Amino acid sequence: MDRDRSRRQILQAAALAAGGALLRLSIRPAAATPEMMKDAVRAVIGEAPVKKGKVKLDLPPLVENGNSVPCTVSVESPMTAADHVKAIHIFNEKNPQPNVIGVKLGPRAGRAGFSTRIRLADSQTVTAIAELSDGSFWSDDIDVIVTLAACVEEPKP
Amino acid sequence: MSRAAFVISLVIVAATVARAADIPLDQRRSDSDFVSADTRAMQNDDTANPAMLVVLDGETLWNTKAGATNKSCADCHGDAEKSMKGVAARYPAFASELGRPVDLEQQINLSRVTDQKAEALAFESKDLLALTAYIARQSRGMPVAVKGDAVSKPFIDAGRAIFEQRQGQLDLSCAQCHDDNWGKKLAGNPVPQAMSNGYPIYRLEWQEVGSLQRRLRNCMSGMRAEPYDFGAPELVDLEYFLMWRARGLAMESPAVRP
Amino acid sequence: MARALVHVPANAKKGDVIEIKTLISHIMETGYRIGITGQPIPRDIIDDFVCTYNGEEVFRAKLYPAIAANPYISFFTVATESGTLAFSWTDQHGATQVQTAAITVE
Repeated sequence: MDRDRSRRQILQAAALAAGGALLRLSIRPAAATPEMMKDAVRAVIGEAPVKKGKVKLDLPPLVENGNSVPCTVSVESPMTAADHVKAIHIFNEKNPQPNVIGVKLGPRAGRAGFSTRIRLADSQTVTAIAELSDGSFWSDDIDVIVTLAACVEEPKP
Repeated sequence: MSRAAFVISLVIVAATVARAADIPLDQRRSDSDFVSADTRAMQNDDTANPAMLVVLDGETLWNTKAGATNKSCADCHGDAEKSMKGVAARYPAFASELGRPVDLEQQINLSRVTDQKAEALAFESKDLLALTAYIARQSRGMPVAVKGDAVSKPFIDAGRAIFEQRQGQLDLSCAQCHDDNWGKKLAGNPVPQAMSNGYPIYRLEWQEVGSLQRRLRNCMSGMRAEPYDFGAPELVDLEYFLMWRARGLAMESPAVRP
Repeated sequence: MARALVHVPANAKKGDVIEIKTLISHIMETGYRIGITGQPIPRDIIDDFVCTYNGEEVFRAKLYPAIAANPYISFFTVATESGTLAFSWTDQHGATQVQTAAITVE
């Protein structure tokens, strides 16, 4: 009886460990770092200072599934020829790559903003940076928690 | 049949098939009640729901000639928006030619092979998913209405037995989570009741559309049990039990799920 | 040809800011997933999306692997005149797909 129970415990532990290993192999490649994100930001916007404000980044604080996270950015701007948003960029700090999307806009947009769905590999901070027609840069960031699905399937052959 | 008579007949049959541990009828909720508001919004926006792309592929296939007869589905069934209305809500259904129930995917293949003289489509193939999604879409909003009559009862009961059986290395039954612990959290996500009223679904985890059988095989792998093969009678029996368990809930196909 | 869906209001008043929604079928393979062979599955993504309104560019996006499969992008534009909105998606191999939608502006 005792031998059966300990055998079952070992099997359960092994199964959970094996399942955990499968998880790591198929879902967790090398991650980016906050340093990589800073470099990616500089590569896109140069050495200009970035101020917090004007930008509103919308992400669910607790993500249901990291494969598809709804993401909305909006920027306060009259969107006139004289005063508009030229570009909006989104960056992340823990995916294998720091860039998410780079959007180019102009006065014809009418409203500065867009929505999309993004992938997030882990709990992390996501940053949106807007470039205005006067050359200034503004940003917002959000901390997001990403959990994995509870019952993980084996990869589809 | 009048609505009252229909409800009464449901209750009479349900009384013979229902059990004490079943979720009470008035407490049953669609799995979409347990997903985020964003996921619900994605499901209900035809331009945001990726499964609608698959539905469009299904519409094309519906109108494409196939098989030795060189006929399309439309050639016999006409406009699917009319002829397929309510059909997906009634599957699985007993197929007298086979002496057992078939699910919608199998029925599509039966029609292809028998009537179009075409080859059956492989389970989980792009084409079969597309046709299933297109047909199921025509039942959106209608109540799940699989038959629980005398000829179906043995299969529903067989499906229930699988649902209630502890299995796999985790020694869990479907019922332990989905009947007894729905609403509670597992790894940060709420446990749904596992109501199958939205298939085929766009599953965020898969990043594509898949069938109820695929989802059931995932659950079994998740419980560290050997999953039944696609098309296995056990899976169809389980599908039939699940659809009977979801009777009366509005169809949401094609749904979006995490 | 990948299946795409676009939603553009059929009618608008001149000067209205309208919302446009777009969705295209694409696996957006990141290049980081490990296949059954143990090797990474090669990257395969749409990396460029452009919307033109009667030929003039009104929206452009550079996409990276972090954009979810079956890319969904919604944005705004001012309804200036009747005509055609054209949406083009280009993948990393340079293949482009275009979808158009008509709009009537009073």
